Amino acid sequence: MNPRITFATGARVLTQLRRDHRTVVMLLVLPSVILGLMCWIYSDIPGRFDQIGPRMLGLMPFVVMFIVTSVATLRERRTGTLERLLTTPMNKLDLLLGYGFAFGLVAIVQAGIATGLTMTWYGVDAETRGGWAMFLTASTVAVFGAAAGLFASAFARTEFQAVQLMPAFVLPQFLLCGLLVPREQLNSTLNAISDFLPLSYAVDAMAESVERGGLTGQIGRDLAIIGGSAFLALAAGAATLSRQSA
Amino acid sequence: MMNSAVVMRDLSVTRGGRRVLTVDGLDVAAGSITGLLGPSGCGKTTLMRTIVGVQRFAGSVSVLGLPAGSSELRHRVGYVTQAPSVYGDLTVAENVRYFGAMVGAGADAASAALAAVDLTDLAGRRAEQLSGGQRARVSLAAALVGRPALLVLDEPTVGLDPLLRRRLWEFFAELAAGGTTLLVSSHVMDEAEHCDRLIFLREGAVLAADTREGMLAGTGTTSAEDAFLAMLGEQVAA
Ligand SMILES: Nc1ncnc2c1ncn2[C@@H]1O[C@H](COP(=O)(O)OP(=O)(O)O)[C@@H](O)[C@H]1O
Ligand SMILES: [Mg+2]
Repeated sequence: MNPRITFATGARVLTQLRRDHRTVVMLLVLPSVILGLMCWIYSDIPGRFDQIGPRMLGLMPFVVMFIVTSVATLRERRTGTLERLLTTPMNKLDLLLGYGFAFGLVAIVQAGIATGLTMTWYGVDAETRGGWAMFLTASTVAVFGAAAGLFASAFARTEFQAVQLMPAFVLPQFLLCGLLVPREQLNSTLNAISDFLPLSYAVDAMAESVERGGLTGQIGRDLAIIGGSAFLALAAGAATLSRQSA
Repeated sequence: MMNSAVVMRDLSVTRGGRRVLTVDGLDVAAGSITGLLGPSGCGKTTLMRTIVGVQRFAGSVSVLGLPAGSSELRHRVGYVTQAPSVYGDLTVAENVRYFGAMVGAGADAASAALAAVDLTDLAGRRAEQLSGGQRARVSLAAALVGRPALLVLDEPTVGLDPLLRRRLWEFFAELAAGGTTLLVSSHVMDEAEHCDRLIFLREGAVLAADTREGMLAGTGTTSAEDAFLAMLGEQVAA
C-alpha cells in the first residue's frame, strides 16, 4: 500500500465526480428529497414520520451509494483503466481505499444534510446527541453501500446489469429490515433471516437513536456489525480484482 | 550475444479454453525497437499482456531479468493497451498526471510526456472530447510519464495520420537511442520499416524473429510483407 497512490486515486475519483453534476445532485440531494416527500405524505398522521423517517434515513444512503459505486467501478473494469492501473505499482488496496476515501467523504456530507433536515425542517425530535447517532449511522451505512457496490460490480458485465443488481441486493432487505413491519413481529423464519441482513441493524440503530436520544451500547453494536459488513465487502471486492486474468 | 530485455521459454497461453499462444523460445533485444507483426487475432495482444504481467500463462517469461508479473517490474515497464485506456471525464493533463502519480512522476514529467506526443495544446481538454487518435496519444503519454525501461505498445499508430505516425516513430527511435526497449505491435506490415528487429506472429505461433535486415536478406525480399509470405511458404513446405 502506498499513501501517495491512495490519495491520488481518491482525488481522481472526486474530480470525476465533480464533473458529473447530476450524480452529485443524486448523491447529496436525493435522499433528503425522498425523506421530505415521506414527511409530507405522513403529515396528517401524527408521530408516523418520527418513526419511519429515521429508519428510512438508515436505508437510503445504502441505495444511492451502491448504485454509484457499482457503476463507477464497473466502468473502470470495462474501459481498460483497471487493467492498466494493475500494471503500475498501484496495489488493489490503494484502489479500494481511494474509492472508499472519495465516496466516504461524499457519504459524510450526504448524511449530514439528510440528518440535519430530518431533525429540523422535517421535525423529528431526537435531541442533539440522538442527531449525532443518526448522522454516524447514516455515514456508516453509506460506506457500507459503497463497499457493497464495489463488490457487486464484479458480478456485472454491463452497466445495465449493474443497475439490476441493486433491487436484488436491496429489496429483500427493505422488506425484512423492520421498516414495514417491526422485526419482532415477523414470523420466526423471517426474523432469523433479517438477523443476517446488515441493513436490519441500520434500521435498529436509527430507531434507537431517536428513541433514546443518544449513542447507546446497542447502537455501537449495530454500527460495528454494519462496519464489519463493509469490511467484508471490501475484502471480497479486493479478491475480485485479480491482477492476472485468463 | 544480444542483450535481452525479455526472454520467453516454453510459453503457452490458454484463453477461453483454447490454446491461443505457443512460443518455444523468443527474445526481445534491449535498447532497440522490435516490431511484433501479424494479422489480427494472431496473438499480439496476448503476448504483450503476458510480458506486462496481466495474462495467466504457463512456461517461463523473464522481463528485465525478473519473472513477468513481479511487482518490481511495475515501475519499469510501461504498457499502452490497444484500446486507449484513459478517463474520458478527466482532462488530458489530469490523466497523465494521475498515471504519473502511480509511478512517482511529478507535474514536470507529465508536461514532458504531453510535449513528447504533441498534446500540450490540448492539455486542458477532456479526453472524451478528443478524436480516437488523440486519445491514443494520451494513453501513450500516460505510459511515457514514468520513463520506463521497457515500453510495450499495442498498435499505437493505428488510425493516426501519416505525418503524426512518422513523428511518433521518430520519437520511438529517440527513446531507443536513449536505451529504452520498445516492443511495438502492428497488423500493418509496412510499419516494419521503422523497426530494428521483427517478430512475425501467425495463428498463435512465432513464424520468424530476426533483425529486419536479417529477415529481408534471409528471404531475399525487400519488404516485410514479402518476407512474411516467404516465411509462410517455407513453413508450409516444411
Ligand atoms: N478475452 C478473451 N477470451 C478468450 N479468447 C480471447 C480473448 N481475447 C482474445 N482471445 C483470442 O485469443 C487469440 C489472440 O487474440 P489477440 O492476442 O487479441 O490477437 P491480436 O492482438 O493479434 O489481434 C484470438 O484467437 C482471440 O480470439
Ligand atoms: Mg490485439
